[in-house]
Amino acid sequence: MTTPTPTTNGSASGLRRVVFYATLVALTLIFLTPLVWMVITSLKTYTAAQQIPPSWLPNPLAGYGYEQILNNSANPVLRWFLNSMVAATLHSLLVLVTASMAAYSLARLRFRGRGVTFALIVGTLFIPPTSLIIPNFLIVDQLNWIDTLAVVVVPGAASAFGVFFLRQFFLSLPNELEEAATLDGANQWQIFVKVVLPLSRPALATLAVLSFLTNWNDFLWPIFVLFSPEKLTLPPGLGLLQGSYVTDYPVIMAGAVLASLPVLILFVLAQRHIIQGVSRSGLKG
Amino acid sequence: MADVIEVGAARGDAPPPAANAARRGASAGRTGRATPYLFLAPYLVLFGVFGLLPIILGLWLSVHQWDFQLPNRPFVGLDNYTELFSSDSAVYGDWWESVRATAIFTVLSVPLLVVVPLGLALLLNRSFPGRTFFRAIYFAPYVLGVAVIGLLWRFLLDANLGLVNRLLGVVGLPSDTPWVTNMPWAWISLVGVTVWWTSGFNAVIYLAGLQDISPELYEAARMDGANAWQRFRNVTVPGLRPVLLFVITTTVLASANMFGQSFLITQGAPGTETRTVVWFIVEEGLRDNDAGRAAAMSIVFALLLAVVSIANFRLFRYRED
Repeated sequence: MTTPTPTTNGSASGLRRVVFYATLVALTLIFLTPLVWMVITSLKTYTAAQQIPPSWLPNPLAGYGYEQILNNSANPVLRWFLNSMVAATLHSLLVLVTASMAAYSLARLRFRGRGVTFALIVGTLFIPPTSLIIPNFLIVDQLNWIDTLAVVVVPGAASAFGVFFLRQFFLSLPNELEEAATLDGANQWQIFVKVVLPLSRPALATLAVLSFLTNWNDFLWPIFVLFSPEKLTLPPGLGLLQGSYVTDYPVIMAGAVLASLPVLILFVLAQRHIIQGVSRSGLKG
Repeated sequence: MADVIEVGAARGDAPPPAANAARRGASAGRTGRATPYLFLAPYLVLFGVFGLLPIILGLWLSVHQWDFQLPNRPFVGLDNYTELFSSDSAVYGDWWESVRATAIFTVLSVPLLVVVPLGLALLLNRSFPGRTFFRAIYFAPYVLGVAVIGLLWRFLLDANLGLVNRLLGVVGLPSDTPWVTNMPWAWISLVGVTVWWTSGFNAVIYLAGLQDISPELYEAARMDGANAWQRFRNVTVPGLRPVLLFVITTTVLASANMFGQSFLITQGAPGTETRTVVWFIVEEGLRDNDAGRAAAMSIVFALLLAVVSIANFRLFRYRED
């Protein structure tokens, strides 16, 4: 699992350690500087941001970018923030409920057509979602969902990933607990709610966080199905903001900061779930 | 339709009646016949409407001339397909330009997105204080959406005001590179940003794979006098093969589906040279109102990707033998 650094010859290993940590720090700078620069710029005035060479610290420290965003009827950024929050939360809940029930059925119950159903669901994992955008647009148009909340909440929940992910987890649970519950007279619904779901909390949390992130960040779909400024979610809204402010970078960066904060906070809080979810999805392949 | 979905969900939320019936049946643990289907129902409604129906509808659209503005949608056979391959059609030039852009981006980005994250993973696959911290830092850009990183990098790569040119100037390199408007810089920018954005993701997948390789194998190799490179070549690489296959396949698919980076950072520039297939398809289908032709393009594109994925699988399977 690890490659322990040889400790036999002191100076060589000391040098190696210095190089090792220097590499880590250099990489940290590469990954973090753009994000730090986004925050710094969002706190500058328009003129300070136009200055060449740019200053490393926002001087004067200005709320200009954020003020522009908060009082802006053409670009209601707070409204977009709220829309994104509601959409991502509802989407995540919808995925949890529908995928966990379906995965339970596919993992733990026996019925005619189970193999075919599962094969059909998994089969769609191999179809690039972008190739279904045109027909899906016609479907939501027929449903009169264009420019509504439903259009960014519901269609994405058809993704096979959640079902596939939870089914794998449910298959790994021991049978004994269910058997005991059955002997106690529990029906399948009670076993699902009282035994299986509580045991699956880590997997459910991982799926909830990943679904939230995906929905919060989705860009391609909402730019074509949401139009009214007050209906937009943040990603298409940011595109609009860039269109209206072009090189007024403090405003654009303030918008970017607002769109990044929730997911960065979520990442800090749920890092383990996100990283485990990603690595587990890799091992399945 | 919304009603159907709500009904489905509501039915699922209540205890399925069949389960109660089964409990009263002769043997405990027997499941009511309808129970498995009731559990599946809410998801299957979603899957049917937004997962399966679009596939069928896409095939149907692709053989019709389907304009949002026009009442008649006549059957046109394979015309939408043949147009893509006949050089005298109106769409031919733009379509193949977008295929070319997608191919260039995929060929340039995939090797880097396979190798750089492997380097990161090998670096992080040691035990040292702060390991989890550094892993989180390298992964962090990935949690941001393409809209955020697109706006951010459009700014960072701005020829005059951008930080990238400023920093290059500080170290004495040319500080007026037109990163987002000229070739070859536009491709370098798009690939570079994508590597910065998604390397952490692949690195985490590699890390999980590395931790599945038994330490005893490394120990045995060391006993046999294998040096670091030989241990990498003969223990790490074979141990990572399934993960490598997964990473390459998903990365090829992700790169081939690139859209947001060029839409926001280069905005297709120069000209429409960095307009990708996905971008061209949605533009054709949703902006230019030709859903039939766009559907045909989607299907050709999906088939191309399928061929590439299958080739990838075969290549790796043969190597394993």
